[in-house]
Amino acid sequence: MKSYSVVLSGEAGQGLKTIETLFMKLLRQSGYHAFMTKELMSRVRGGNNTTELRISSGPVYAFTDRIDLLIVLGKKGIRRLEKRLSPDSLVTGESGHLDDTGVPCRKVPLPVQESLADLGGTLYANTLVSGLLCALFSCNPETAYSLISTQFSKKGADIVKNNITAFNRGMKLAKTLPLRAVIEKDTSAEAGSKALSGTEAVGIGALAGGCNFIASYPMSPGTGVLAFMASHADKYGVIAEQAEDELSALNMELGAWYAGARAMVTTSGGGFALMTEALSLAGCIESPAVIHLAQRPGPATGLPTRTEQGDLNLALYAGHGDFPRVIYAPGTLQEGIELARRAFDTADEFQVPVILLTDQYFLDSEGIIPKMDFAHTSIRQHITETAPGYRRYALTPSGISPRGIPGYGKGIVRVDSDEHTEEGLITEDADVRTAMTDKRMKKLAELQDIEPVLTGSRDYDTLVVGWGSTYGAVCEALERQGRKDIAFAHFPQVYPLPKSTKAILSRAKRRILVENNVTGQFGNLIRQELLMDFNARILKYNGMQFSVEELVQKIGEVVQL
Amino acid sequence: MTKTRFDCDPDTDIAWCPGCGNYPLLGILKEALEELDIDPAQLVICSGIGQAAKMPQYVHSNFFNGLHGRAVPVATAVKAVNPSLTVIAEGGDGDMYGEGGNHFIHVIRRNPDITHLVHDNMVYGLTQGQASPTSPRGMKTPVQTGGVTAEPFNPLAAAISIGAPFVARAFTGDAELTKNIIKEAVRYKGYALVDILDPCVSFNKTNTFKWYKEHTYRLPDSWDASDRMKALEKTFEQDMLPLGIFYRRTDMKPVFEEQLPVYASDTSPMWTRSRPPELLAELMK
Repeated sequence: MKSYSVVLSGEAGQGLKTIETLFMKLLRQSGYHAFMTKELMSRVRGGNNTTELRISSGPVYAFTDRIDLLIVLGKKGIRRLEKRLSPDSLVTGESGHLDDTGVPCRKVPLPVQESLADLGGTLYANTLVSGLLCALFSCNPETAYSLISTQFSKKGADIVKNNITAFNRGMKLAKTLPLRAVIEKDTSAEAGSKALSGTEAVGIGALAGGCNFIASYPMSPGTGVLAFMASHADKYGVIAEQAEDELSALNMELGAWYAGARAMVTTSGGGFALMTEALSLAGCIESPAVIHLAQRPGPATGLPTRTEQGDLNLALYAGHGDFPRVIYAPGTLQEGIELARRAFDTADEFQVPVILLTDQYFLDSEGIIPKMDFAHTSIRQHITETAPGYRRYALTPSGISPRGIPGYGKGIVRVDSDEHTEEGLITEDADVRTAMTDKRMKKLAELQDIEPVLTGSRDYDTLVVGWGSTYGAVCEALERQGRKDIAFAHFPQVYPLPKSTKAILSRAKRRILVENNVTGQFGNLIRQELLMDFNARILKYNGMQFSVEELVQKIGEVVQL
Repeated sequence: MTKTRFDCDPDTDIAWCPGCGNYPLLGILKEALEELDIDPAQLVICSGIGQAAKMPQYVHSNFFNGLHGRAVPVATAVKAVNPSLTVIAEGGDGDMYGEGGNHFIHVIRRNPDITHLVHDNMVYGLTQGQASPTSPRGMKTPVQTGGVTAEPFNPLAAAISIGAPFVARAFTGDAELTKNIIKEAVRYKGYALVDILDPCVSFNKTNTFKWYKEHTYRLPDSWDASDRMKALEKTFEQDMLPLGIFYRRTDMKPVFEEQLPVYASDTSPMWTRSRPPELLAELMK
């Protein structure tokens, strides 16, 4: 697989997003594989943000340190990326932006402002850069023109025309750069593929899971899912409500499930912390609940726009008292869709809260996937028509009681946060208490595990273990190492630990844990539940995701390549 | 007490203290609902935690007895996903004005068609006698040992100011008035607050049944409840507490659930709906 890495560097508010969106679409329609990830400062204007675009001949889903081409649209763009640049890196941008000295790289000035003088200057810089990239990667300009028309048509014909002019000038400027990227395209793949972000994957999965109610309080990086659902509310019949706080959000969700909706919330660690009492309520009243917990580095406000896998412990132990829960953590965009969809089924079938654990890196990254087929996706509602004498918490062998909702049938549906009888009425009877606790705790016995995904050698000595968004980088790192004795076990179902975990881990002579947090929270869970530990822990907690290169190096050090 | 379709199992062990104001209120509520001819299977009472919040335990109807302070978000959501249900949120002054204070502001702003019944006894009962948001200044408690220093919360003034379209005060010692107010509140389309003065016989030795009798009076029949500013002014009378419907907006204020796009062309409850796979296929375009 051949891939090329382009990094765009600019200030917040400068419109990097325009280039990203346009170029990702263009790459997909040109038959490339591509991956895009960005890092942002927590500010609306200024600062320095970067976007990495990887253009590839095969599927790509990881962040790489290497920079083949850096386009700087603002000052101080080079210095911040010093460690990732090499003498092979080509850096271009307005000559005034290239004056960071002492960084070994090839610099070629790009007269952006001069080229756009008659159009009013830098306003169209983004489109010019898109044109530059189009030419460098031999994309079809006609496709780009049509994307530009669609994107800017609302702003009027003049704006469309100016954008196309700027785009053409960018294409022309590409000839001045000493660079030709030769990457295989597969133009037949275009019809069957889709470009999407992690945020969109979660939203699409939720809609496929029948979600028709979302209440949330904005908090990065979870807010995007609320915005996605709100923008699809009319067409898909979703009630999307911005709650006054997270306490309200999850209580609204539980009220919505109680009355027959399929509901979710989206939040981040701090907001989830506020929801924990209602999480415990879901456990007690045996309400389904789907909670999207989008991680960012804590503690407290932490690094609001950065990434970490630091909230697994929070998700595992949040809520007072004992009650069952399920935690899913997608590692790919397909898994994002599938696990978000499945979260609704699991929550509904087993009447438990399901936490979908993602992070900023996963949500803000964009990739290209084969289109998923929903033709056979049926949404099964696990609700029952009630009759007089209905008992919400009827004791059954599975622990799961048929779930009625008010207004469907002649029965009465009582749910109670106090310990309750089968009828849902307050009780302090010690035997009932024991029976109800046992009932709740056995509900997940029939839960079908989502098996760990094994990559690499079937006959491994060394096993790398990870979960969630580290998937792409670990896979690519192992691919580059090309060793026959290493495999990678990725866990999309983090909790309960799949029953096969012990067998998978036991087969390895050496186990390496990879986690984007400081304590190795998943490794600790495995140690606690299976009494199995790791020979090495590769942990990162500076607010950034793992790069392929650093995993190649660190895994290499452990296996002493 | 009149027999109603809302009567619970007669063997139920009711957890209130003897003489509690909640007993007459339970009877009043059930009679009001009976007279409104509501089907218990189509009624949902959402409550939180506290002595008042136990009310639905003793009413034969659907209920969601959730967390302290959080009945209102639950009620809002229940009504939003199935507007054909009659929804009541019920609890005490600590539950609704203290722990749930933020929701109190925002439920008024949203204006769902729910009835908000707040038993106001100016003290914490379940936790045994601490000050509540409506406790009068100077009231001594095991925690406020030198007496309450904070200004008592004025729920009626707050509600009218924020934009509640129906705001009333009742007193369990005036059963007829209380019943009529609850009936009007349930019938009213939009958010309706009824603050119900309700003596706590165990922990509030100041605001007793006798005190309420001596410090309340009915608003006159001639009271014009459509005048918002006059109603607001009336809420500031603190020496003698007026009882009745202070404010009832006569033009229809848009109701939360009816403004949701999901009901623009289809009024069926959310649980009856399905999403065709063709629509899902479009997500992959």
